[in-house]
Amino acid sequence: MENKAARHIPETVLKSLALKPFSGVEIGQPEVNYVGHQVNITTGENKVVDSIADVIKKTLKDGMTISFHHHFRNGDYVFNKVMDQIIALGYRNLTLAPSSLTGVMNDKIIAAIKQGVITNITSSGMRGSLGDFISHGGLKQPVIFRSHGNRARSIEEGEIKIDVAFLGVPAADPAGNANGQTGKAVFGSLGYALMDAQYANHVVLLTDNIVDYPCTPASIKQTQVDYVVKVDEVGDPDKIGTGATRFTKDPKELKIAQMVNQVIVNSPYFKNGLSFQTGTGGAALAVSRYLRQSMLDQHVKASFALGGITKPTCDLMDEGLVDKVMDVQDFDKGSAASMAANSNHVEIDASWYADPHNKGAVVNNLDVAILSALQIDTKFNVNVMTGSDGVIRGAIGGHQDAANAKMTIITAPLVRGRNATIVPDVATVVTPGSSIDVVVTERGIAINPARQDLIAALTKVPGLNVVSIEALQQAAEARVGKPKPLAYTDQTVAVVEYRDGSVIDVIKAVKD
Amino acid sequence: MSYVQDRLRRTMMFVPGNNPAMIKDAGIYGADSIMLDLEDSVSLPEKDAARLLVYEAIKTVDFGNSEVVVRVNGQDTPYYDEDVKAVVKAGVDVIRLPKTESAAMVQKLVNDVEAAEAEYGIEKGSIGVMAAIESAKGVMHAMEIAEATSLMMGLAVSGEDYTSDMHTKRYPDGQELLFARNMVLQAARAADVYAFDTVFSNMNDAEGFYRETNYIHELGFDGKSLVNPRQIEMVNSVFNPSQADIEEAFNVQNAIAEARAKGSGVISMNGKMVDKPIVAKASRVLATAKASHLIDEEGNYLGK
Repeated sequence: MENKAARHIPETVLKSLALKPFSGVEIGQPEVNYVGHQVNITTGENKVVDSIADVIKKTLKDGMTISFHHHFRNGDYVFNKVMDQIIALGYRNLTLAPSSLTGVMNDKIIAAIKQGVITNITSSGMRGSLGDFISHGGLKQPVIFRSHGNRARSIEEGEIKIDVAFLGVPAADPAGNANGQTGKAVFGSLGYALMDAQYANHVVLLTDNIVDYPCTPASIKQTQVDYVVKVDEVGDPDKIGTGATRFTKDPKELKIAQMVNQVIVNSPYFKNGLSFQTGTGGAALAVSRYLRQSMLDQHVKASFALGGITKPTCDLMDEGLVDKVMDVQDFDKGSAASMAANSNHVEIDASWYADPHNKGAVVNNLDVAILSALQIDTKFNVNVMTGSDGVIRGAIGGHQDAANAKMTIITAPLVRGRNATIVPDVATVVTPGSSIDVVVTERGIAINPARQDLIAALTKVPGLNVVSIEALQQAAEARVGKPKPLAYTDQTVAVVEYRDGSVIDVIKAVKD
Repeated sequence: MSYVQDRLRRTMMFVPGNNPAMIKDAGIYGADSIMLDLEDSVSLPEKDAARLLVYEAIKTVDFGNSEVVVRVNGQDTPYYDEDVKAVVKAGVDVIRLPKTESAAMVQKLVNDVEAAEAEYGIEKGSIGVMAAIESAKGVMHAMEIAEATSLMMGLAVSGEDYTSDMHTKRYPDGQELLFARNMVLQAARAADVYAFDTVFSNMNDAEGFYRETNYIHELGFDGKSLVNPRQIEMVNSVFNPSQADIEEAFNVQNAIAEARAKGSGVISMNGKMVDKPIVAKASRVLATAKASHLIDEEGNYLGK
């Protein structure tokens, strides 16, 4: 059948996974019930154990769902340590439900799939060898991709039922109070892991740093934790994030960033109390440099900055240009350190951040979101999941969620190498065009025709080249030509959910 | 088509002629002129490939509103003839001759361009030339070089080769270039052509770049050669007229309009006569203000 994003979704997939097709971005006001979870009662003064294997044997059975967080990013040691034991103990048919997957986990997951240890995966995304493996039909069951907000929703509503959460932390006390802000491998906000800590049947912390009771601030609380496993190292601090995210020096990205800033400054949202979220792409990140100057020049202060946070955003807060930083994840050490030092730098969980089925998430209060894209089509649909070869190489992250902002700006170069970025149809719809307002490329800006107010406000700005999305698509095609259509098999290797859990698109296995 | 004598030329951005990625995007930064280089930035084994690439680029790439200049290889190299023919055939706006030391060298270039124009059926005089002055000899002959042809667009000081020829090197205070800069500038003004300052290549020294740009702006140069697109905005900010300059320019325009309406040949403003240099300055100021988006279509000031 065809869903509201005009994508063909196989009935068999909807039926076997008991999912509904995407029917629009409006969430409405449905009444839902959150699920409970198992509690193994203990007085729990000391939950410290040395053996990962013992904890796994006590908590895990074949067919269960395990989870991890990805706050250690590419410096993660926890995932491989735990998976080594699970594989060695001969478990079968597990569902892997992490907040996301990073490159250091790829080889282990592929091995676990090949041995039948992992048979189902849900994640925000995947890259590199794992994406390639999945896109070539390596896993029988389709992977389910969920945004960070949707994962929170799925956990609350029981679509993801975590049996055992293995959560690495840089500091914990013997009773299980823990945070991401002290110790050697600090990563700052524990935002995504807080969902697992709250809803998993068993919560296992792994740490290389057991501190005196009580460990505060207690992002994860002793009330939630079953075991604290002492390990030699949880992560490589140098690979979690650089000291401070550097601004790009790429002149094209800077040009795009400047154009984005012009869009923001000339929009109705640029006034005191402004709120914004910048993605992690080079151009999206560089916007804050230009925005800073405009805020100084025009005496505008922001009420909050949201999202994955970097040092440059914290600097805006320290300079008094941003009142609060609402932080679900940190991308560099400077940002991780800022949370410990400044009470206006606030740790938020994934539900508070972006969940569509709660009583109000921060993304609903957001004015401006600046996000990147692999592809954008003439319906403004965005793909952040599959590359120009059709292979999985991305993550939804908070893309669909942040696109809930009053003005969502997508930044992308018109072409990348020989591939058009603005295309007639994206390979995979991740964020629907109806939630995208402005697309900024180095050759011009396209505004969603649904936003006549923005068209009126931005068309008269001198030097801002406002064109139609079709004109951008044609300009891209004039440069790189028309590619041959991608060839896929009939096998559905992944399902992309919208934030409400409906199916916005499916990803097929590539034919080589 | 005839070669455009008058336009804004604050920024001349160098782009290596053998770098397709940079050539493809050169038009997005708002440089007044883009100089595709076949000379110093292209190694000997790549000379032919770069010429072919630049030829195709001129014909197919959208360079926006930028003027397209090509720096050909010197007349003492085996690449010069082919370079000139290729870029004439492609329809370049201006050819930049490196290491220019005499009017005769400019005349040779013009003859070669005209021969190529005839060969490829291109209207005579549609392509301009400019001369890079890179030696003591070139500096001493700046005047005859500037006056060598009516197709002369401008003169550029090239600091690296010049300082080496002068047995010195570049210094932060620019004393070593004092004479060359002033000679080239004087010659350009006397011949009514454009004057371009040399490149400043240390991208990490923004302060030094601004110091040098302010200095050459003060001397009276029309523009500066650049190696990085990030410098375009920096140069433009130095060349931007003030709000008072813009208001003055509008007053001059109004005075002209008033005089025309009265049928008077004499333009006066606040009781003083407005002569040709003042009119020219006013139109330069307004063109710069418009290009830098300091005024909107109605002339309202948008700057800070």
